[in-house]
Amino acid sequence: MADAGALLEVEDLQVHFPLRGSFGARLVGKDVGAVQAVDGISFSVARGEVLGIVGESGSGKTTLGRALLRLVDPTGGSIRLEGEDVLGLREREVRAMRRKVQMVFQDPHASLNPAMTIETAVGHPLRIHGVTRDRADIRNRVSAVLERVGLSPPDQYLGKYPSDLSGGQKQRAVLARAVILSPSLLVADEPVSMLDMSVRAKILELMLGLKNDLDLTYVYITHDLATAKFFCDRVAIMYLGRIVEIGATEEIFANPRHPYTQSLLRAIPDPDPSRSIPRDLPRGEVPDAAEPPLGCRFHPRCPKAFAPCGWEARDLHDMLEQRWAVGGQELFEAERLQLGDLAGLDQPGSRATVPSATGTGDDVATLLDRIREDDSRERIWHGIESITPRPGGAVIEFHPGHDPVLRPVGGAEVACHLYDPELAEVPEQAPPA
Amino acid sequence: MASQLIARAGRAFGPVREARGVPRWIVWAGIVLTLLFVVMALTAPWISPYAFDQYKDASGQRFVKQQAPSSAHPFGTNVQSTDVMSRVIWGARTELKVVLFAVVVSLLVGLPLGLLSGYFGGPVDRVLVLIMDALFAFPYLLLAIVIAFLLSDKFGSGVATAAFAISAVYIPQYFRVVRNHVVSLREESYVEAARALGARPRTVIGRYVFQNVVQSVPVIATLNAADAILTLAALGFLGYGIQPTDAAEWGYDSSRALSDAGAGIWWTGLFPGMAIVLLVTGLTLLGEGLNDVLNPVLRRRKMEPVTLPPRAPQEDRA
Ligand SMILES: Nc1ncnc2c1ncn2[C@@H]1O[C@H](COP(=O)(O)OP(=O)(O)OP(=O)(O)O)[C@@H](O)[C@H]1O
Ligand code: SF4
Ligand SMILES: [Mg+2]
Repeated sequence: MADAGALLEVEDLQVHFPLRGSFGARLVGKDVGAVQAVDGISFSVARGEVLGIVGESGSGKTTLGRALLRLVDPTGGSIRLEGEDVLGLREREVRAMRRKVQMVFQDPHASLNPAMTIETAVGHPLRIHGVTRDRADIRNRVSAVLERVGLSPPDQYLGKYPSDLSGGQKQRAVLARAVILSPSLLVADEPVSMLDMSVRAKILELMLGLKNDLDLTYVYITHDLATAKFFCDRVAIMYLGRIVEIGATEEIFANPRHPYTQSLLRAIPDPDPSRSIPRDLPRGEVPDAAEPPLGCRFHPRCPKAFAPCGWEARDLHDMLEQRWAVGGQELFEAERLQLGDLAGLDQPGSRATVPSATGTGDDVATLLDRIREDDSRERIWHGIESITPRPGGAVIEFHPGHDPVLRPVGGAEVACHLYDPELAEVPEQAPPA
Repeated sequence: MASQLIARAGRAFGPVREARGVPRWIVWAGIVLTLLFVVMALTAPWISPYAFDQYKDASGQRFVKQQAPSSAHPFGTNVQSTDVMSRVIWGARTELKVVLFAVVVSLLVGLPLGLLSGYFGGPVDRVLVLIMDALFAFPYLLLAIVIAFLLSDKFGSGVATAAFAISAVYIPQYFRVVRNHVVSLREESYVEAARALGARPRTVIGRYVFQNVVQSVPVIATLNAADAILTLAALGFLGYGIQPTDAAEWGYDSSRALSDAGAGIWWTGLFPGMAIVLLVTGLTLLGEGLNDVLNPVLRRRKMEPVTLPPRAPQEDRA
């Protein structure tokens, strides 16, 4: 990924938050797992570029942004800023580094200290980094930057407290504070999502203006594809801690390749309000980042998933629960009572036993066959290699799953088996008998 | 700098001036009652008819003991022949001195510990929380008695011992309040933003966390002061507090008045008892009133008019 003009290079970055186990588990040093908020992310940002990070809630966007400033400590990988290894810096050096990288947070109402005037708040970076301690100098510089972000005349704002300002004005003040030391990189975490529609565009335009004036580079985090399209040169689509597709904005929007990107784009509401119901949001919920799905993390929700995508016992359980929830009480009673305890299906694994309530595995196999005939469009059947009746239950073997990696496809990079020539035989092939 | 401080203080007390309705009356009633005792304490040497331990007049004539109120002794005299009014007035000085001292000491210990413990977390935090919770769960009067007993060996049974004994009771309270507040502030964007600016922990704690934590201190301190008066009186009543030869103290006087009550001698108990009730009431009203007036959440809810934003097409669903 290393290219010469890159301001920021991120490689295989990983941020795991250890789960807090019970006291006993911690005492015996038992591993209770971790939330894999960011799990192996690589990208680079060229000087002067705007990179968008787009993803649903919980995909790890904020964590990625915080890691870039070392506000959280990554558990693996590397970050290079202007060629310097950010993760190797010591505490004091990290603070100095933050002169070059700044961050704007989502909630402008919470980003300013309620007990500080705008003058003190915006000028504080000058004091923190020992640029100047002269009050008049600070006031001049603060006035200049307030003017630049559109808070003018500055004298009117210097003595105000954050509670005196509107949301848009606060975000302007936050931007002023972020750029007063002319950083080279600005990480903007959903800077406009908490603002009124009417001021969103103005703030984004201000940010573009600042970028041109001050030679800034942006990492722009958002869950809103519309602003990303307007604002970014390149876009990275994140899902559950990974980048699934990255490329030039026009390319991604004109020609989305990853099934997740495709469903996100289809979900953008139409300007026509009568048709503004999202038609094809990915079904289901975002899975738990502490125990992500095997193989491709998107496979439980993917409308195109096929054999190598990482099918596993949990998917089978979900599918059954889903069927019974939709099918009603009668179906539930008829089918559920034939099966034993399904808790064994909740462990990640590519082999599972569906226990029978009455004792014969043949019954279970027959039941599963009937379910398949009912809904053969269900993607999971692509992933089941065999169903073998055994005494006590049926043993299900799933196709071995693979982790998709980013590979160049057309003008973008995509992490999906559909674009892997070795795996993607005929995706819409009939399910194995 | 000074003008800035005055401006900041003015900003802090603006809400008291602007307060309306019931909170306004509560605050002002508290201020008046509390000021009454503060004035009494400050001017005791001039307004008190006698010294607090004086039992004979200038000519060496011993006061008649348990004498009913008269012009020479407006509140009468007690079993030790001292003047009840003088002891009530001098008592105000003792109570306020002990409570001020105790509040300052518990703040000086509890506030920094709570700040550091809450901000840095980790094992030190867990151990401190454990210790403070244990102290907090301990019956507070028993704790004060034990400390007073231990300290009286070294420092005698004076104001300092009582103040330290009471501090020990309130340190865990300040610690808990401050620590929990800091733990919640630590998650605020502006604290993280301060770190993102490159501020060192000292600056983050001092300028971003402390500045917001101190705003809750006046309320807690005032309420604790009311509580501390009761604790001091209880210590005196049980005989573990300030000895009558060291200073006048209402709790001790009340305990000595106990046997008088049966004999129809009402004035030895009524006046010190009333003093306790009035000062505690004053401080409580002041604290509760300040709480209503200063609490920014309540205040904002009252002041901000509700405006409905215009209906806008949903755009951020993805
Ligand atoms: N400090 C933390 N400790 C433990 N888990 C965390 C922590 N911060 C984030 N997480 C978890 O990491 C995952 C990613 O969170 P993150 O805030 O980065 O997502 P996001 O993409 O920014 O979502 P949103 O759009 O809601 O802001 C979530 O499952 C979250 O619960
Ligand atoms: S690899 Fe591609 S096809 Fe398979 S589940 Fe993931 S996104 Fe869908
Ligand atoms: Mg976020």
